Amino acid sequence: MSGIEERVGSREWRADVLIIGGGPAGTWAAISAAAKGASVVLADKGYCGASGATAPSGTAVWYVEPEGPKRHQSKASRYAMGGYLAETAWMDRVLDQTYSNMQTLADWGYPFPLDSEGTQRRISLQGPEYMRLMRKRAKQAGVRILDHSPALQLLTDQDGRVSGASGISRQKNQDWRVEAGAVVIATGGCAFLSRALGCNVLTGDGHLMAAEAGAQFSGMEFSNAYGLCPAFASVTKSAFYKFATFYHADGRVMEGAGSARGRSVIAKALQSEAVYARLDKADADARAHIRLAQPNFILPFDRLGIDPFSQMFPVTLRLEGTVRGTGGLRIVDDQCATSVPGLYAAGDAATRELICGGFTGGGSHNAAWALSSGFWAGAGAAQFAQGNRLANSTHLRGQGGAGLVDARGQQLDPGKLITAVQDEVFPYQRNWFRHGDELQASLGRLDTLWQQVREAAPASGSEQTLRLREATSMLAVSRWMYRSALERTESRGMHRRTDYAGIDSAQRHRVISGGLDDVWTSHERLGPVDEQLLTGQAA
Amino acid sequence: MIELIDTERCTGCNICVLACPTNVFAPVAGQAPQIARKDDCQTCFMCEVYCPEDALFVAPYADRAATAAEITTQSQQWLGSYRAAVGWGKGRQSTASDDQSYQLLGRD
Repeated sequence: MSGIEERVGSREWRADVLIIGGGPAGTWAAISAAAKGASVVLADKGYCGASGATAPSGTAVWYVEPEGPKRHQSKASRYAMGGYLAETAWMDRVLDQTYSNMQTLADWGYPFPLDSEGTQRRISLQGPEYMRLMRKRAKQAGVRILDHSPALQLLTDQDGRVSGASGISRQKNQDWRVEAGAVVIATGGCAFLSRALGCNVLTGDGHLMAAEAGAQFSGMEFSNAYGLCPAFASVTKSAFYKFATFYHADGRVMEGAGSARGRSVIAKALQSEAVYARLDKADADARAHIRLAQPNFILPFDRLGIDPFSQMFPVTLRLEGTVRGTGGLRIVDDQCATSVPGLYAAGDAATRELICGGFTGGGSHNAAWALSSGFWAGAGAAQFAQGNRLANSTHLRGQGGAGLVDARGQQLDPGKLITAVQDEVFPYQRNWFRHGDELQASLGRLDTLWQQVREAAPASGSEQTLRLREATSMLAVSRWMYRSALERTESRGMHRRTDYAGIDSAQRHRVISGGLDDVWTSHERLGPVDEQLLTGQAA
Repeated sequence: MIELIDTERCTGCNICVLACPTNVFAPVAGQAPQIARKDDCQTCFMCEVYCPEDALFVAPYADRAATAAEITTQSQQWLGSYRAAVGWGKGRQSTASDDQSYQLLGRD
């Protein structure tokens, strides 16, 4: 392994491993790759430490002690909710790796709370503290961090191996380019600029870049997570709404509405009326705990003089897409390799069906997946890079297509494209509740938009180029989403088809998707249902 | 959305320019930074957490700008409150050690 080489006078580097994305998955990947002796560059679209869905919030972590029956119960509890699509072996290894990495965080000085018996409680992490620590540890490991440096496209060598990326450094007004023996995509999910907390950097950029290099997706139908949120605010922290009662505007209780299964009632009601909540089931202890567990949950209420425990406030559901959904880049081995040589995926950019099937129900699984998949992808990329040393003479080719290449059509307004995509994916009547006819109609419009992007002249200037690539990424993700949703003619996990209610046992498979001009889907068979887990749940 | 940089408190350190994940601020030589791309603000409050001078105020509205009256009333009371709640800053201790999530969330 070799050190980072910098071309003097330009923002060009050569390293063993390039990580794209600096949230939990990206920083774990960087630290893990460096621990294997690799030289590592990490490029974040924003500021590594503040960027992404985790940094501004608190997150639960799927952390379960190995002793006793708890692990079995924990695996069993989500198996049916996820539509029997999780895999026991992956659940086990994520639980093990998460347990180990949380110990590492404790060793690094993360201040876990102590319970009344003086025992550290490690089932949650505070975003600002966690990500500040991860940045610090990455820097100490020798990782070169490029902030405000979104990637625009991947580079491949003559054999099709992914060998770096290029992008722009927004605050330097300069392009950047990193040549690397392997690349980890840790760019998060896609939340379609919905202003869900911390999610506006998550526009599916990594999905598009990976697909341009030939990568595939799995479970993109599990992409319609919506977070409960005060209607005026950005704080999509749904967990505490388990203490809420939901109301019509006139103060009548909304029957059946709830934060978990009752969320469909809210999604339906929001199509025709305002919905209100009041956290009136929280007792004095819970009220105090909420304030300390999630300081920013209470912040919007404090600033507006609303007491959410005694006063009704309007709520909405903001699209969290594949951030809290479970679909993403398809993983083909234990090291989180994609099907493209040299390309690895971690965190919300990758599929999380392996541990929770078609439903998350909370951040805990995603947080555990980020810790674990990041750790494995970084090590895997370091190992791949060891056998894939770039020669100085290697000619690398940019894979970027739509929105980057020269075409003769008119320039597109990225803002208009963003709105057009949002119009297809935000509405509850299209995405929360899905129907074959509506999906077909949306896909027709989205395919037309794709054609327009393909024919459009490139944007002028780096800021507009970035915005157009973000819009193009969202567009690409929406097409894999809806094509996969159309393919699954049943309701399973978070994917709800109003024309196909209920689970069809013949469709217990993964829906694989990919393609750019022509989006395709196929099926991947799964092993038999884990009957032992089902028994565990009944017990 | 970000509404205010208190120019009396701001020392021009530009930490907010660096920390903002959506690159909302632009540095201005010898002065407080400018809120250059307010439409890109995602109301994540990270700039407040990172500002060492408690000079920034983010109104809680995600989809609209606050009115002048709202900015005045709210910022007077709440400037620096979130940074204090997180326990960042001189003489403070991170409140991550007070995290009561384990009292609220079940095994899952």
